[in-house]
Amino acid sequence: MNTREMLLNVGPAHPAMHGIIRIVTTLDGERIVDIDVEIGYLHRGFEKMAETVDYNGVMPYTDRLNYVSPLINNMGYCMAVEKLLGMSVPDRCHYIRVIMSEISRISDHLTCVGASAMELGAFTVFLYMIKAREYLWDLVEMVTGARLTVTYCRVGGVKGDLPAGFDEACANAFKETRLVIKESDTLLTRNRIFVDRMSGTGKISAEDAISHGITGPFLRGCGVAYDVRKDCPYAVYDRLEFDVPVGTRGDNLDRYMVRMEEMEQSMRIVEQALREIPDGPVLASPDTAKPMPAAEMVDRAKVGNIRSIADSVAVTDPTLDGASKPLHLHIAGDEKRVFLPPKEDTYGNIEGLMQHFKLVMYGHGIQPPAGEVYFPVEGANGELGFYIVSDGSSSAYRVRVRPPCFAIMSALPKLLIGDMIADLTPTFGSVNMIGGELDR
Amino acid sequence: MSAVSLIQAVRDRFPAAVTASHSFRGDATVIVARAALLEVMRSLKEDAVFQMNVLMDLTAVDFSAFGKKPSRAFFSSSGVAVRPSSGIPTLDPWPGPPADARFAVVYHFFSLPLKHRLRVEVLLQEDDPEVDSVTPLWAGADWLEREVWDMFGIRFRGHPNLKRILMYDEFVGHPLRKDYPVDKRQPLIGPVN
Repeated sequence: MNTREMLLNVGPAHPAMHGIIRIVTTLDGERIVDIDVEIGYLHRGFEKMAETVDYNGVMPYTDRLNYVSPLINNMGYCMAVEKLLGMSVPDRCHYIRVIMSEISRISDHLTCVGASAMELGAFTVFLYMIKAREYLWDLVEMVTGARLTVTYCRVGGVKGDLPAGFDEACANAFKETRLVIKESDTLLTRNRIFVDRMSGTGKISAEDAISHGITGPFLRGCGVAYDVRKDCPYAVYDRLEFDVPVGTRGDNLDRYMVRMEEMEQSMRIVEQALREIPDGPVLASPDTAKPMPAAEMVDRAKVGNIRSIADSVAVTDPTLDGASKPLHLHIAGDEKRVFLPPKEDTYGNIEGLMQHFKLVMYGHGIQPPAGEVYFPVEGANGELGFYIVSDGSSSAYRVRVRPPCFAIMSALPKLLIGDMIADLTPTFGSVNMIGGELDR
Repeated sequence: MSAVSLIQAVRDRFPAAVTASHSFRGDATVIVARAALLEVMRSLKEDAVFQMNVLMDLTAVDFSAFGKKPSRAFFSSSGVAVRPSSGIPTLDPWPGPPADARFAVVYHFFSLPLKHRLRVEVLLQEDDPEVDSVTPLWAGADWLEREVWDMFGIRFRGHPNLKRILMYDEFVGHPLRKDYPVDKRQPLIGPVN
């Protein structure tokens, strides 16, 4: 019988592709014999853009690197710049960043597992998990004012403190999330179709994974317990207790199990952090300080009546809520050359005004010393590193992102060759490819 | 191993190949001569002292515009002084950009068994941007080197498949070079020139 190989394009726009990517497969019957991955369809020029704006101006771009867990990218970039500046931030800020990034990690895992399950036919699980993600994004919205493009971190701190009532909201959201995880676990973990398609597919050995530079749940699925949070602790992770789940076989099912367990561990971290988070020395409640419209504040300041506005909270725009003075002072580093003053000071006294202007005016901004630093954090997908070279001016000379999914995508031929074409779907789902990070 | 002792260990092992080293902000960094790169890399991966089994990142920096940024705004010419920040700690100062090289290829390593990080840099001249490929040692270098080729035009000797990865094949130039004009029109995009 005359047989020949068939070339099949999967993507760039394909229902099973999480984003735009083209996989050129060479098939022998249904078996994949060769594979060529083409990325670059989403090239956003993050690294080039980061050279043109000031250090705080990069923050909105980092949101778009990974649109499911932007807070981790925010945090990683901020901590890289803080390392470059050689500054430290208060503990409370670290705790807030940890809490928010763990919430992001859960929502990222929910999306990844839910979408992979949907591609294998389990649409119910997808809907359940998106429902749970909603609860978490409500928390994110409560704190940052946005759901997707949060831009929450600042060099030297975060935008605002946790709002009143966050603890209860968080407890409720986690209760719902736990319920969803339990339901999904019941629906998937012993489901014949799901398990048959996940186990034994997309296998990679620990040596190969290490050689490709794979990190995160993917590497842990192979049995290597590498987690940046444990091995190179940053922020306050060394004070929190959590376990690093590992798999044994390095196949898709192991990665699914690792992700499911990691969500539970992340919730454990958040609950601990919320218990242990130190109060700032004052942290006056915004309800007790007297609110005053920003315009009125400016008017009083113009006539020199500073004393009457000293204890007030500026009521500016609803989206700026949370950046008021009592919420601000103890979550930002104690260095005036880095963090923006509270709005009350900007409007109320000349020092505050000058500090604000020196940081936001074009050509001014934060000016770290010349140097180069690399700072890794544990992203939802693995090690997310920022390498920054500074020439001492107000914008970075070079910013490089080490995206976790780039390494995993480069190993895709190793994962797929020899498998069936139908195995491409669960394998690609477990890669959790994030276009924004992959192309930068 | 601490940054200082790690640097010392690399320097002791390769007294001739390591041309410089520093530990700015605690990042252990060694600068390696281009000719000795593969030898150093192999030893970093295999020696029991180093065991750098993960190539975390591979990138490049184009130093041709370092410190030469044009005055950015009318504020800087309007008499408002742009003061450099003072009070920033200057322990282990950064030695600065390379004096006589345009590119630096930067490798970030991590050792899973020993949990230490090392940055290796190779300096390249403008007219000869070529360096040995490390794909035989780390499979992950394949894509990373392709990306550096695509973005900076640095060739990797011995790379199995050195072609563009983010840009398309007809793209002219290398976009992360500092002299790449950002408004340059490329073939296949927009109306024909």
